[in-house]
Amino acid sequence: QDDPAIAIKPWMQELGDGVDVSPYGMPSPYEEDVKRRTVEWLTADPVSSINFTPIHALDGTITPNGICFERHHSGVAKVDPAEHRLMINGLVDRELVFTMEDLMRFPRENHVYFLECAANSGMEWRGSQLNGVQFTHGMIHNVQYTGIPLRLLLEEAGVQAEGKWLLAEGADAAGMSRSIPMEKALDDCLVAFKMNGEALRPEQGYPVRLVVPGWEGNMWVKWLRRLEVGDQPWHHREETSKYTDLLDDGTARRFTWEMDAKSVVTSPSPQAPITHGPGPTVLTGLAWSGRGTIPRVDVTIDGGITWHEARMSGPSTPKALHRFYYDFEWDGSPLLVQSRAHDSTGYVQPTKDQLREMRGLNSIYHNNGIQTWAVDADGKAENVEIS
Amino acid sequence: EPLGLGRPATPEEVAVWDIDIRPDGLGLPEGSGDVATGDGIYTEKCSACHGVFGEGAGRWPVLAGGQGSLTDARPVKTVGSYWPYLSTVFDYVHRAMPFGDAQSLTDDEVYAITAYLLYLNDEVDDDFVLSSENFAEARLPNEDGFKPDDRMEVEFPAFSEEPCMTDCKPEVEITMRAAVLDVTPEETAAKEAAEKAEAETPEPAAEEAASEATTEEAPATEEAPATEEAAAPEEAPAEAPVEVAEAPAADPAMIKAGSKVFRKCKSCHQIGAKAKNRVGPVLNGIVDGPAGAVDGFRYSKAMEAAAEEGLVWSHDELSAFLADPKGYMKGTKMSFRGVRKEEDIEALIAYLRDASE
Repeated sequence: QDDPAIAIKPWMQELGDGVDVSPYGMPSPYEEDVKRRTVEWLTADPVSSINFTPIHALDGTITPNGICFERHHSGVAKVDPAEHRLMINGLVDRELVFTMEDLMRFPRENHVYFLECAANSGMEWRGSQLNGVQFTHGMIHNVQYTGIPLRLLLEEAGVQAEGKWLLAEGADAAGMSRSIPMEKALDDCLVAFKMNGEALRPEQGYPVRLVVPGWEGNMWVKWLRRLEVGDQPWHHREETSKYTDLLDDGTARRFTWEMDAKSVVTSPSPQAPITHGPGPTVLTGLAWSGRGTIPRVDVTIDGGITWHEARMSGPSTPKALHRFYYDFEWDGSPLLVQSRAHDSTGYVQPTKDQLREMRGLNSIYHNNGIQTWAVDADGKAENVEIS
Repeated sequence: EPLGLGRPATPEEVAVWDIDIRPDGLGLPEGSGDVATGDGIYTEKCSACHGVFGEGAGRWPVLAGGQGSLTDARPVKTVGSYWPYLSTVFDYVHRAMPFGDAQSLTDDEVYAITAYLLYLNDEVDDDFVLSSENFAEARLPNEDGFKPDDRMEVEFPAFSEEPCMTDCKPEVEITMRAAVLDVTPEETAAKEAAEKAEAETPEPAAEEAASEATTEEAPATEEAPATEEAAAPEEAPAEAPVEVAEAPAADPAMIKAGSKVFRKCKSCHQIGAKAKNRVGPVLNGIVDGPAGAVDGFRYSKAMEAAAEEGLVWSHDELSAFLADPKGYMKGTKMSFRGVRKEEDIEALIAYLRDASE
């Protein structure tokens, strides 16, 4: 039967929109489903909440700015850059204030890094709960930042010998604050003002945010207004009552900054079923590690009886998302799909049960266990756990 | 070499923004505040979200209780049970609270609220005054409950072995399915359609089971002590066993009226065979029973003193207490404002008698 799509369509005859109809471009209306989504029952109020990146619908490694997941504690601060200041105080030779113009005069660098919320996959600690990779793994994005090495700003102020810690503080109504060890601050942190080439989006900290590569997203303080140098950590709310990992014995780990190696198959997945039936099939996913690069990802489609080394494609830089593919001939039988990341330190992504055995069920944060999707004969996928 | 960019911050400018407090007291302003003052500010500015007794409303954070629960299946992480340092409370309340009106509290108000949170967590008595002088002495019970990140020592060796690639296990089975819970958000339109469809179908048993499973299983995220809230309906006291009433002089209508009045008490008190101590003690046998006598409940100093003096909750004593708890007994933990109408008090007492049986 002839394909009715092979016809003279309106767009082949009529004139389309001229330039400037959409001076800041939007995706095709046919892509309107590719958007951030929240889980309403998670939090008390959307002002202090989170939404999720639609990673099931994306490919490559870079996350477009408009769909980078949002998480804020007192809403999105509307900061006028002309009225924004960055202050450095505490154990420094010179307590300083910078305008945005001042910051633009420091040498700057470009780096791609992933930002993952420590609570990503946190709802899955006790078992499969959310049917969609957007919800199980979407508290992540991967962006090219333009920013000033934090080291340069600290050198400008002159960190004193006893200055071993840094407090980063946001200008929002949460006054978001986190303690960062000086070693990390001087290593690879950035004070960034661009993402993927354009100004930070308001929900990502416009006009300036901290970039703390490989470390939990909560530390990447947005709307950065102040850096204080001190001789001890501050033990503020976000590093004591939150973002600490309660273990089985009732003690809790604190300062669990690094994001462990992790991967997930983004397609097929519950929001991205196989719709084409048996035959050549592309399985793809993302992998990342807060400790380095991802030289290898293993994939299984039979629930871990047999594993295959996936094909990596795209840039492989430290503390950034990596893209992997496994191209296979689907015979139409049900699948149990998993991926397993290896990072450049030799760390191998554990199963969820291995993690639970190590930490118990109450950690909430830092769940990097292997995810399983059950794909049925129709190609539909479900979030499951397997033996 | 410095580039000479930026300009010196003046001490006054630093003072405006440098609001952080550290456990060693760095940054703590001069000032003081007492529990009673804190109670007033808290009730006005905090209780709508955090509950009158710090028990949390909706999914807002629980601030009090939970001591000893950190190894439980459902730990309750509060200022009293989990937070290591009191300085964190002061810093955060001053920095970010009240929600939507950050940095509006005076230093003394923050001291008072912090003192009240200690009181709600049974860490201090009702006459406690917190100040810049005694702040360093105030320690929270879980200070030693934290340890540094030891993942690389404890976990890395186990998580860096070369994994199996072929014939890794004989068989595989699915042990858990997300669809059982069905808590995944759908598009609004799809959701509405589904709800409509549900409304048109007679209640399927399977659906009930699913929603129960949600209640049981929905794990908490960092913000959402979902389990607390989810568990609540299960633990709520059963409806008044009106029909069972056999008390000779008891008027069923009055008992029924009393059960309605008791709704005001329910958020804190339970009564009946399955009752447990909550924010307030179990009320079985309260009428004509001795004051301050329920096992396992930590009473206020005032109530303990009254109990020692032999207070019995006779009809008249109880009426007076219920009409104006704080007026009747200064220092009682029961911050309930009281039952205004005499007939409501009579009904409530009738109900309390009846439901105890």
